[in-house]
Amino acid sequence: MTVKIVFFANLREALGVDSVDLQVSGSSSVSALIAQLADQQSPEWLEMLTAENIRVAVNQDMINEDVDVVDGDEVAFFPPVTGG
Amino acid sequence: MEKKIQVQKETFDLRSEYDHLRSVSLKVGAVVTFTGTVRDLNEDESVQVLHLEHYPGMTERELDKILVEAARRWGVIAATVIHRVGDLYPGDEIVFVGVASQHRGDAFAACSFVMDYLKTRATFWKKEKTQEGERWLTTRESDETAADAWG
Repeated sequence: MTVKIVFFANLREALGVDSVDLQVSGSSSVSALIAQLADQQSPEWLEMLTAENIRVAVNQDMINEDVDVVDGDEVAFFPPVTGG
Repeated sequence: MEKKIQVQKETFDLRSEYDHLRSVSLKVGAVVTFTGTVRDLNEDESVQVLHLEHYPGMTERELDKILVEAARRWGVIAATVIHRVGDLYPGDEIVFVGVASQHRGDAFAACSFVMDYLKTRATFWKKEKTQEGERWLTTRESDETAADAWG
């Protein structure tokens, strides 16, 4: 299955990429996606995506705990918001 | 509640936004509006450009949730949020929040609430360009405190 991963703001700049279409075999939790991404990209990704201030949204809803994703889901990683 | 949510590069016209809120119902007895603008100084550095990035789709969803929550807590007849994105300059308007209610208490409270929640929940990020270079802004503790205070 394919999961779309998107990044925003300084995290996007630090990673040097807006989005990644990740091929995942079987079902996967968000934490497993992060591990797979770090494996494919670089170990620094693990550190950046699991930094304490990084927020995660699945299909545009914030999540506060690890959840499973399915084919076609969109997973977003971003720093705390600063609008207004 | 009549909701209007817009994320856009263009500026907005205060008079027409007010007129829209006012025109929704003759039950409206109070219209409170807030406008946020770009300051030329932040933390003693001269701001040349303020760049606003957002998460298309999620931003609108979050703003919608905030307006729904405001209407759950107070009497809200109509509410509008307009937030600009892209490159903005000192003096530019960034954000507009307007609330129309029967009475001023509800309109004041709901408008303040929407701004406090927007600041901590809506998926916008600001990057300042100063003479020293570029920097992404970080969340202010006072903004978190203001949002938490609503319970």
